[in-house]
Amino acid sequence: MERFFLAVGIALMLLMFLSLYRVLAGPTILDRMLGGNVIGTKTTALLLLIGLLYDNVGMFVDIAIAYAMLNFIATLGSAKYFLHRKSIHLEDISKG
Amino acid sequence: MILNIVSIVLIALGLFFFAVGTLGILRFPDFYTRVQAAGKCDSLAAVLVLIGIAVYNLGDLSLATVLVSIKILFIAAFVFISSPTATHAITDAALLIGVKPWTKEKNAP
Repeated sequence: MERFFLAVGIALMLLMFLSLYRVLAGPTILDRMLGGNVIGTKTTALLLLIGLLYDNVGMFVDIAIAYAMLNFIATLGSAKYFLHRKSIHLEDISKG
Repeated sequence: MILNIVSIVLIALGLFFFAVGTLGILRFPDFYTRVQAAGKCDSLAAVLVLIGIAVYNLGDLSLATVLVSIKILFIAAFVFISSPTATHAITDAALLIGVKPWTKEKNAP
């Protein structure tokens, strides 16, 4: 059972690295936000798996609750922020 | 023993949906299709994995593990509500900013 949880955690890490490609190379800023949101959702599951591996789920559950709420609020806040921007391409914003 | 099998099946299903959602994010052609893949697959997969962990945690029954399992179910309910809401907020922002949807006629080879 331990080995199964370890394998699932490693697979989740690989999927997070694959999602990181969308954060780095996404054409618009909204694509990057979407990639960040997906990585955050995977992190919530990964934290609980780490808790099972360390045999200390009671502590990691609270961290996972805080992380889920933080991910939600961060996505809503950044969506609201970029709603008032002129351009959604990172190159235009850095040019000014 | 039955609890272990149920939790293994749930977590493996959740991992499958995570993988499919990541494949959709990497391969779909424009923003709206990527949102569709990410929103649905991720919320379902996260809920499946969390319920699987909660079921496995009930293996040795005591008050502490039951409380921890209830907390994990609360996280699952929260993710089930908040993940579609966040995806909807991003899509709404994209529609108001004016991201063009991908169409076959315009992008035909």
